[in-house]
Amino acid sequence: MEMILLLAALLFVMGIAGVIIRKNIIFMLLSIEVMLNASGLAFVAAGSHWGQPDGQVMFVFILAMAAAEVSVGLALILQIYHQHKSLDIDNLKEMKG
Amino acid sequence: MEHLLWLIPACPLAGFLILALTGKSMPPAWVAIIGAGMVSLSAIFTIIIGIDFLTFPPASGHHSQTLWTWMEVADFHPKITLYLDALSLVFIFVITFIGALIHLYSVAFMAFDKDYSRFFACMNLFVFSMLLLVLADNLLLLYLGWEGVGLCSYLLIGFWYEHSENGYAARKAFIITRIGDTAMAIGIFVIFYQFGTLLIPDILAKAPSLWHPGASMATITALLLLAGGLGKSAQLPFQTWLPDAMAGPSPVSALIHAATMVTAGVYLIARMHVIFELSPTVQLIVAGIGAATLFIAGFSALTQYDLKRVLAYSTISQIGYMFLALGLGAWTAAIFHFMIHAFFKALLFLAAGAVIDALNHEHNMSKMGGLKNKLPVIFWTFVIGSASLIALPLISSGFYSKDQILWFAWASKNGNPLLWLIAFLGAFITALYTTRMVILTFWGATKTEVQRLPGKLITIPLIILAFFTICAGFIELPHNFGSLTLFSDFLHQVLPETVLKSTENGEFSFQLLAALATFGGIYTAYILWHLQPERIEKLKRNEAVLLLYSFWHAGWGFDQLYQTLIVRPVVFLANINKNDVVDKIYQGITLVSIGLYRCLSFTQSGSLRWYIMGLVVGAIIILGIQIIL
Repeated sequence: MEMILLLAALLFVMGIAGVIIRKNIIFMLLSIEVMLNASGLAFVAAGSHWGQPDGQVMFVFILAMAAAEVSVGLALILQIYHQHKSLDIDNLKEMKG
Repeated sequence: MEHLLWLIPACPLAGFLILALTGKSMPPAWVAIIGAGMVSLSAIFTIIIGIDFLTFPPASGHHSQTLWTWMEVADFHPKITLYLDALSLVFIFVITFIGALIHLYSVAFMAFDKDYSRFFACMNLFVFSMLLLVLADNLLLLYLGWEGVGLCSYLLIGFWYEHSENGYAARKAFIITRIGDTAMAIGIFVIFYQFGTLLIPDILAKAPSLWHPGASMATITALLLLAGGLGKSAQLPFQTWLPDAMAGPSPVSALIHAATMVTAGVYLIARMHVIFELSPTVQLIVAGIGAATLFIAGFSALTQYDLKRVLAYSTISQIGYMFLALGLGAWTAAIFHFMIHAFFKALLFLAAGAVIDALNHEHNMSKMGGLKNKLPVIFWTFVIGSASLIALPLISSGFYSKDQILWFAWASKNGNPLLWLIAFLGAFITALYTTRMVILTFWGATKTEVQRLPGKLITIPLIILAFFTICAGFIELPHNFGSLTLFSDFLHQVLPETVLKSTENGEFSFQLLAALATFGGIYTAYILWHLQPERIEKLKRNEAVLLLYSFWHAGWGFDQLYQTLIVRPVVFLANINKNDVVDKIYQGITLVSIGLYRCLSFTQSGSLRWYIMGLVVGAIIILGIQIIL
């Protein structure tokens, strides 16, 4: 049990690190997917621990949400590439308040 | 007939509404017909109802007509009820009758004014408010009328608002009377707290059982009501607004600042006489204030050169006589003097207005003179009014009213020789300044040519008023000759009889003394200002006399005193507080908000990494706190 949670935590931290460190927007999107799957893993583990189906139900929700998120995210990335001719996140600082 | 009572105030109210809403687009002739007509209609109704009241006196001594309930809150439900008894009948007669004459006069007097309809709208509103004041059966309705007349006074003093000093005079009148009004409002609260009702007949009936004579609550209530009366009636220490109120048109001075509104204080005290009788101290104060005011204002009138200001000070002085009479418990004498004074002072103001108009707006008496033969009608009516003001024995009505007050100042239970002496000296000074005014205006060499002669509409009201000025006195003759007491008998339905000291007699010698004072005053003035004017010149070279002269001219320095004691400190504090100390708190709040906003906007760097780091650090902190706790 603890091992699976540790794995989930590890994956989550890797995801965060990816989001923070990467400059390429596509890789940041991938890292977010990793974080989502890490949390989904934690849900499934918890569900099996208490013998409840809720964990897996939750994971199905996460999958659906991730699919939607990826489609919107990819569309945004396409637009950003059209506008800026680059995928570097630091080029988007001009949007600061 | 008494069911027609509501028409008396309703007519001027209708006139005001019509003129205020549509007056601007109306031809002047219509404005005059509505403005003067509505008040005349009201006067006709008053006379009809008055005759009915006199021929078939109601068993209860009063008629009352409830129109509707004003508001209902728990036990408090004041009604719009008109209450007609002997006292209010005298007042509504004076208000509507003299009001109608003054409106007729104004039709000609104001004919060339561009704000013709505004003038009549305000005048009609004034007559309505004043009628409401004297017909109210509860103190709340009375207070509504009380504030209404104050508002109209303000509007009409500042009628020619293009000149800033007129606006200043209007504000001064409003603010000073407001001080008294506030005290009176508190007095009404005290009465409601003590009696649980504001119905005047109920209050008067309950007061003797609730308070024993001299009770402190009675004294406080009487003092608060008195303050209201002092403010409205321009008595010491609130008298300073009335001379400046002469900035308004002459008909306004005649109606509001001589005949009716300024006597509202007299009405209030006479109406609430039971409360005043329960407090001998306050009665003494009323008499003292009246005596002091009549004395002070008399000397000020002696030094003025503006014709209307002389009359203003003389009004203050004559109302002083009324207050003196009220303080002495001579209730009917005060009301009698009110009625006579309303006739002759309205006459004097209207005649003065005609003189000023004829001389092309010349107010200064030193530039008048020699008008005796040029304006004969005005001259004779003015002389008749003056004769009444100085109480010329036997032929003038002023003699019968003022003589009563002088007699009661000596002989009534509250009277004492000092009060009598002041009133007696006041009579002498009155004769002095009135004769001076008549001589300076009508005798001597012509200094300003008459520009235009007054028309019929100006002279006819003057003649009617002059007739009443002479005849009105004969309804009440002294005890020692004639002993006719029609007026006081009529008022004794409402007001108690004056209690005399048991041993007093010798009224005749007092009348002789009063007559001597009058003739002495006339003769002195005749010598000083007509026969030997060089005496005055000689006197004026004396330093001390000159100092006294300027002191009296400035109304005994009361304006200066209030300027230093009240106005200057307030202006000084206002200057210090120009940027509003309280406002600093709110300015501080905005400053802190702006600072915080700057700090927060600094974190809005646009770098996505920073935001994520922020999220992560925040999450770690919250998790850490949860684990530790």
